[in-house]
Amino acid sequence: MANNVSHTTEYRTLGKVLLFLMLCTFLTITVTGIHLGPFSVTVALLIACAKAYTVMTYFMHLKYESLLLKLLVGFVFVLFVLIILITFIDYAFR
Amino acid sequence: MSSGTEKVEYVSYLDHQGKYKGILGWIFATDHKRIALLYMYSIAAFFFVGVILGLLMKIELAAPGQTIMKPQTYNGIFTVHGVIMIFMVVIPGLSAVFGNFFLPILIGAKDVSFPKLNRFSWWIFIVGSIMAVASQFLRSGPPDTGWTFYAPYSTTTGTSVILATSAAFVLGFSSILTGLNFIVTIHQLRAPGMKFFNMPLFPWALYATAWIQLLATPIVGITLVMLIAERLFGIGFFDPNLGGDPLLYQHLFWIYSHPAVYVMILPAMGVISEIIPTFTQRKIYGYKAIALSSLAIAGVGFLVWGHHMYTSGMSEQARWFFSLLTFVVAVPSAIKVFNWLATMYKGSIDLKPPFLYALSFIFLFIIGGTTGLLLGSVATNIQVHDTAFVVAHFHYIIFGGMGFAFFAAIHYWSPKIYGRMYDFKRANIAWGIIFVGFNMLYFPQFILGFQGMPRRYFDYLPQFQGGQLVSSIGGFILATGLFLMVRNLVLGARKGEIAPANPWNGSTLEWQIPSPPSLENFDEEPVIKQNPYDYE
Repeated sequence: MANNVSHTTEYRTLGKVLLFLMLCTFLTITVTGIHLGPFSVTVALLIACAKAYTVMTYFMHLKYESLLLKLLVGFVFVLFVLIILITFIDYAFR
Repeated sequence: MSSGTEKVEYVSYLDHQGKYKGILGWIFATDHKRIALLYMYSIAAFFFVGVILGLLMKIELAAPGQTIMKPQTYNGIFTVHGVIMIFMVVIPGLSAVFGNFFLPILIGAKDVSFPKLNRFSWWIFIVGSIMAVASQFLRSGPPDTGWTFYAPYSTTTGTSVILATSAAFVLGFSSILTGLNFIVTIHQLRAPGMKFFNMPLFPWALYATAWIQLLATPIVGITLVMLIAERLFGIGFFDPNLGGDPLLYQHLFWIYSHPAVYVMILPAMGVISEIIPTFTQRKIYGYKAIALSSLAIAGVGFLVWGHHMYTSGMSEQARWFFSLLTFVVAVPSAIKVFNWLATMYKGSIDLKPPFLYALSFIFLFIIGGTTGLLLGSVATNIQVHDTAFVVAHFHYIIFGGMGFAFFAAIHYWSPKIYGRMYDFKRANIAWGIIFVGFNMLYFPQFILGFQGMPRRYFDYLPQFQGGQLVSSIGGFILATGLFLMVRNLVLGARKGEIAPANPWNGSTLEWQIPSPPSLENFDEEPVIKQNPYDYE
């Protein structure tokens, strides 16, 4: 059952990913200074999700993994979104 | 211990000499079976401490007023009883002991994917456990918050909350690493021919459990770090005066701690799914439904945490939503129960001790489950919230469920683990005493709760004395039964008759190898061609 094929990602690609992550970090700090009201959490989470997606795809090599593993990670994302949404059913209507 | 009855020459994992000898041969072991036993002995020791604390509470509650301890001592004892029993006994219990021992064997593997990480998990489990027990003895006094550490009280009390929460944090790492190990093992190390739907149902349950351990435990970890930061630096996460929200703590705590109930109960359901086909000699009814219901319980179980917070001040809409989802999560649990009953129908039932415990599990779990529906419904929940009814419900699920499944598992697999049989008559007597004691201890608490007896109270009105006294007597009967059960199992493991490889005529892989197994479990890698429960 084992699948031990390894993949190498080019330095150029890794550099681009690093640049993108730094840009996202800068963006996260910048948006905290903008008054978005109830959407401030949403924006912060969207940026965090973009960063997590990039890290998993390139740094953690999810890009090269099987469809099953991609689906499992996708399920975790969906679960995370559901938990946040359900929590906000309380905060939005309290 | 002993060697089995097989003609093939082999060295059992108990007799195998590795790099280290004696106690070091255990502490530095990477064999999944030895690590499982390390977990079992340490969990048994902590269970003993938890039982003693429970009995002290029962003595205190046997009569109204102060009996043997002061109120603050009582607060500390129920908190540490909860922390020990939850974080050190029932959460790791089945998966760390029987999961570690039998998961690799049941899927035809030599070991888990990361044996050294497995050993490290036990080491940090011990560190966390020592921290938890030590919190009882610090000069500042034992934590008095209850095992839930609710803010804002936990952020202000002068007792040793930081050590107790740090202990839970460290224990969480052990749980995460075990879960990670099991997921990778199931994905990577299944024997040739063993597809997911050829796996026995205990590995299926462990797989669903492992996902909860991996995904939910970090949430409680960070929550406890936030609590510690709140105490040390006054950041204000949970303080409305500083822009925080005390309910945020409850949300974050229960996002983990409700799924944690399924970490306790899913492996228990897996054990029962193994025992019933063996002792009825029937192919399990609804294999796929049972397997997938484990995943369904794990998935939906993530979304129902708010039913612990109906009276905390949540929005009406959230209470409605959580109530709906709570009723939904009962469906996959019921699927399992119906399939177990259908498996038994027209089976060749053999009332051996493991099966008696499995039947007790079903009976007690149904009581615990149906009383859970009363708590899932908002209207009735408000009536019985924070009463003895909740204590009874919780113990019927956790002790009646996970506890009885653990006893079923140890009676089922003990001949395989030690290579010796225990005495059936003594085991049956111990089971009877445990069953009677358990129901005497906890059933009166349903009635007391309905009558208005609050939980976690050191004292009570005279009208509750009858029920409290019956409950206290039940506690001591239960403890007597536990003593007899442990004595019989220990005697069996040390001096019992030599066990054959397959004493129950089981069909899964662990019964196809000698008792006790060799270091690498299988002489040759097994090739799987059929359903694990093929009795026809």
